[in-house]
This record gives sequence, structure tokens and C-alpha cells, in this order.
Amino acid sequence: MRYSALRLIKESLIGHKGWGAQWRDPDPKDAYDYVIIGGGGHGLATAYYLAKEFQGARIAVLEKGWIGGGNVGRNTTIIRSNYLLDGNEPFYEFSLKLWENLEQDLNYNAMVSQRGILNLVHSDAQRDAARRRGNAMLLNGSDAMLLDKEGVRRLYPFLNFDNARFPIKGGLLHPRGGTVRHDAVAWGYARGADQRGVDIIQNCEVTGFKIKEGRLLGVETSRGYIGAKKVGVSVAGSSGRVMAMAGMRLPIESHVLQAFVSEGLKPFIPGVITYGAGHFYCSQSDKGGLVFGGDIDGYNSYAQRGNLPVVEDVVESGMSLIPGLGRARLLRSWGGIMDMSMDGSPFIDKTLIEGLYFNGGWCYGGFKATPAAGFCFAHLLKTGRPHETAKAYRLDRFMTGHIIDEKGQGAQPNLH
Amino acid sequence: MIINHPLLGPRDAQEFTYLGDAGLINRPYWLSDNAMRGFHDYLHLRDNPAGLHRELWFHEQGDRSWLVVTRDTTTHEITKVELARDVARAKRTAEATQ
Ligand SMILES: Cc1cc2nc3c(=O)[nH]c(=O)nc-3n(C[C@H](O)[C@H](O)[C@H](O)COP(=O)(O)OP(=O)(O)OC[C@H]3O[C@@H](n4cnc5c(N)ncnc54)[C@H](O)[C@@H]3O)c2cc1C
Repeated sequence: MRYSALRLIKESLIGHKGWGAQWRDPDPKDAYDYVIIGGGGHGLATAYYLAKEFQGARIAVLEKGWIGGGNVGRNTTIIRSNYLLDGNEPFYEFSLKLWENLEQDLNYNAMVSQRGILNLVHSDAQRDAARRRGNAMLLNGSDAMLLDKEGVRRLYPFLNFDNARFPIKGGLLHPRGGTVRHDAVAWGYARGADQRGVDIIQNCEVTGFKIKEGRLLGVETSRGYIGAKKVGVSVAGSSGRVMAMAGMRLPIESHVLQAFVSEGLKPFIPGVITYGAGHFYCSQSDKGGLVFGGDIDGYNSYAQRGNLPVVEDVVESGMSLIPGLGRARLLRSWGGIMDMSMDGSPFIDKTLIEGLYFNGGWCYGGFKATPAAGFCFAHLLKTGRPHETAKAYRLDRFMTGHIIDEKGQGAQPNLH
Repeated sequence: MIINHPLLGPRDAQEFTYLGDAGLINRPYWLSDNAMRGFHDYLHLRDNPAGLHRELWFHEQGDRSWLVVTRDTTTHEITKVELARDVARAKRTAEATQ
């Protein structure tokens, strides 16, 4: 079924009775060529591109709960291509280009909104760093503009410019960055993959791998054994748990990240703002709620909820940047489990087990990567070789010394 | 979270900073034949369990001692707190008597 204005008019005349389910609910088959574990944004995008761009056949996505119930439905929906390092920026720029054409490609309204992201700077050193980052972005085909204080004031007059400790000195604007309706990304990819014959199997938890003489034969699941020629693991916060079943230890720790949304307000934040002096970033959803977040809680966690000290820290930072926030009421807060890697950058790589592939370590920034991660993982699954933009995302990079540490923090996941 | 400090009693987790898996106490021997691999694994690979996790917390805003906290990563419940130096000493004694 294709969505169109004509179809909408037709359906409105017959009481919207003609819209069918967006994807099938098939039972698992005995075997597939490709099994993708994890029905989050990345897993669904991988299946979609595998079927569409790489002519892969007999593909299944196995999801332990329902699709979109993981981080793809919990994030703060920011997409951007504003990285500094060569290993990263071409990949994120590729991703942003895929976002720009996503809705046409999927025939699905994902509400991709390039409303601009502003990273505030509060000191001369931060301005220098912003200038350097902006130049790196421009060199990789992204866009960036360095704003002075007045430039920021024109966009966001209500910010706390004269904060005695952290006055706002300017900001780095990334006009093509923005937000996307996260659930619709999962649904759009699911529908597109299903249309191309992918079996999306929900309530199907992978509980083990069948490996013989270094070769993967299939997966044990809560719905029985499923044979597979190639298996791609894309389970975000559960990466450590799932790969342990294949006997692998990863350069990853799982941590909890919280997010918050206020009651609906009239439009007043047109873009995305990030605070340069505290752990706080904010945008306004199309429903009017202020969507904001801060830092991870900082200790290993698989409990999809955080603790109060971080709530206090985020809200305090928010108040020091946008004093007007104090009049709004907080509606909800929630948490998701981050696959925090040792250098803050992800992995899209094969493993030492033949037929087993891994996509993970996306930390708190994997939503924006969804289209490119899916594309590059599909490329790897199909060809056995890394995609041009993802060739730095190797699992052995800590051994070879090719780490990609944007923040220069070292092997300490809770600092990335 | 409240951490029951063995010397100071119950303290708010905000007074502490978190380092990670308590396995970090066991530094590889730098002259061993496979020290390279040993340090790679020590620095970068983690068990990252869902369930009981032994981990290092530093009482930065308190007596500046290192603690080994046993905590369930699925519920955040803390079941055991030891002084890291006691853990390290016990390990050394156990190794010496082997
Ligand atoms: C609060 C919060 C805010 C965030 N904000 C942003 C942001 O603004 N911008 C950004 O780019 N990123 C953001 N992120 C990060 C981003 O959401 C993730 O990096 C990304 O969604 C991870 O990929 P995914 O969508 O495939 O993960 P998920 O949706 O988590 O998918 C993984 C799936 O694997 C399934 N699974 C796990 N184990 C098994 C198993 N054994 N068998 C079968 N299935 C299994 C899970 O049920 C889950 O559905 C944020 C995350 C959080 C929590």
C-alpha cells in the first residue's frame, strides 16, 4: 500500500476502513540467509537496505519484544553531522544525506525536520574548538556557521546571556541538523522491509548461538531454532549480553541515559540548543513539549531507569541556561540502556566467528546513525567488506591503535 | 543509591565517583610474554553483566577510599560493600599461599 493524498481522500470517504496493517506478523521459518537480531532502528534499517540495495533474499529480523520498544523509541530524536574526526564525520554526513531523502525513499512521514542545532560556547577556548570542528565539518561536506553573541541572541533571545559564571559568547550552528519522529523511523523501515519480503518476527528472543568449528550455523530463540547463513547482531544496550552467548567480550559497558519532556507549550524553541557549560540539551516537539536530556548516570546499568541526582543535574543546568524553563512542569522522564564503547565510537564489523557480524557501541548517539548504520551493516553482511564510510569502525582498533576518541577521554566509557 | 561504606556507614552515591569493573584491580604483569594482549584486554574488554556486578567506587567527597561494591545492574540494588584494599590484600595472600 502506498500512501498519498489521493488515498487519504478516498479513505476519508469510506471511513478509513481500507488501511491494512503496515507489516505482516509471520511465524519464523526453519532457516534464512540473513538473520538480524534486534528490531530497533538499526536492525530494521539493515534489513531494509539489505533487501532493497543489496538484493539480499530470505531475511528475518528477530526482536525479543515489539519493534520500536528499545532505544529507537526512547531517544531525544536529534540527528546531526557535526563530528570532528575523520573516522566519524564522513559516516555521519552520509547518514544525514540518507535522512534528507528518507521520507521519499520509504514513502513514510518520519517528520524529518532540519531545524538547526546550536552548540553554545562560553569561553575563548570553546570558540577555538568550535571553529576547528566547524572547519572539519565543512571539509567533509557538512555545513557549519560560527555565530557571535548577537547572532545567538537573534535566534534565541531568551537565553541567559549574562550568566556570571558561564556567559554565552556565541555558538556553532549546524543548520542541516535537526529532529526526526523516532517511532516513525522504526515503523517506516519495518514497513519498507516487510514490503520487500523481510520477515519481522516479534516476541522472539535470541537465547543462544549454534557455532561449530568457528562457524555460525544458526540461533536458538524463544520460538525455536532458526538456521542462518549470516547473522547480524544489532541489539544496542544488550550488546554485551548477546555477544557473551557467542563467547565474546566487548569493548563496551552498558549505561543508562535519561530523557525528559515537559507539558505542551506554545512554540518558543525553533531548533535544538546544547549547553556548552553543563549537561543539557533541549528542543521542542511538534506537540509543544520541551524534550531535553543531559548526561548518562555514569555506572553500569541494565535497568531502563535512572536515579534522581542526574535529574537534579539536568534540571539545574537547564535552569541556568533557560531561566524561563522554571515555569514549565515536567511531564515524564524515562531511561534507555546505552552501549557505551571504550572510545565513544561505534563498531560495524565481522567477528572471529565466521558468519557472525556485529553492529553496536553507539553510545548515546546512534539514532542519527540509523540510516547509515543500516546501510553500512547491510553492505558488510552482503559483501563481507566494510562500507567506505564505516571502515574505521573495527572491533580490533584498540589493539591496532586506531581509536576514534572524539573527546580524548581514554578508555573510560562514562566520560564519553 | 546509598552505598553502605564499611567505615562511615550509609553514604549517598553522589559523594562517589565511579570507575568500573572491579577486575581493574588486577593489573596484568607488564613483563609477561603476552603483556600486550593482557593490557589490551585489561583496559578495553569488559564482562558487562546484566545482574551482579563487582565495581570500583571512589569516595571522592568523603574519606577518599576505594570501595568494591557488589550491585545488581538490573535493579541497582547494592548487596555488598568492601574496602578495595582489603580485596586486593586478600587476593595477594591467596596468590602467595597457592
Ligand atoms: C534517553 C535517550 C536519548 C537519546 N538521544 C539520542 C539523540 O538525540 N540522538 C541520537 O542520535 N541518539 C540518541 N540516543 C541513542 C539512540 O537511541 C541509540 O543509539 C539507537 O537507538 C540504538 O540503535 P537501535 O535503534 O537499533 O536500538 P534499539 O531500539 O534499542 O534496538 C535494539 C533492539 O534489540 C532487541 N534485543 C535485545 N536483545 C535481544 C535478543 N536477545 N533477541 C532479540 N532481540 C533483542 C531489543 O529489544 C531492542 O528492540 C538516545 C538514547 C536514549 C536512551
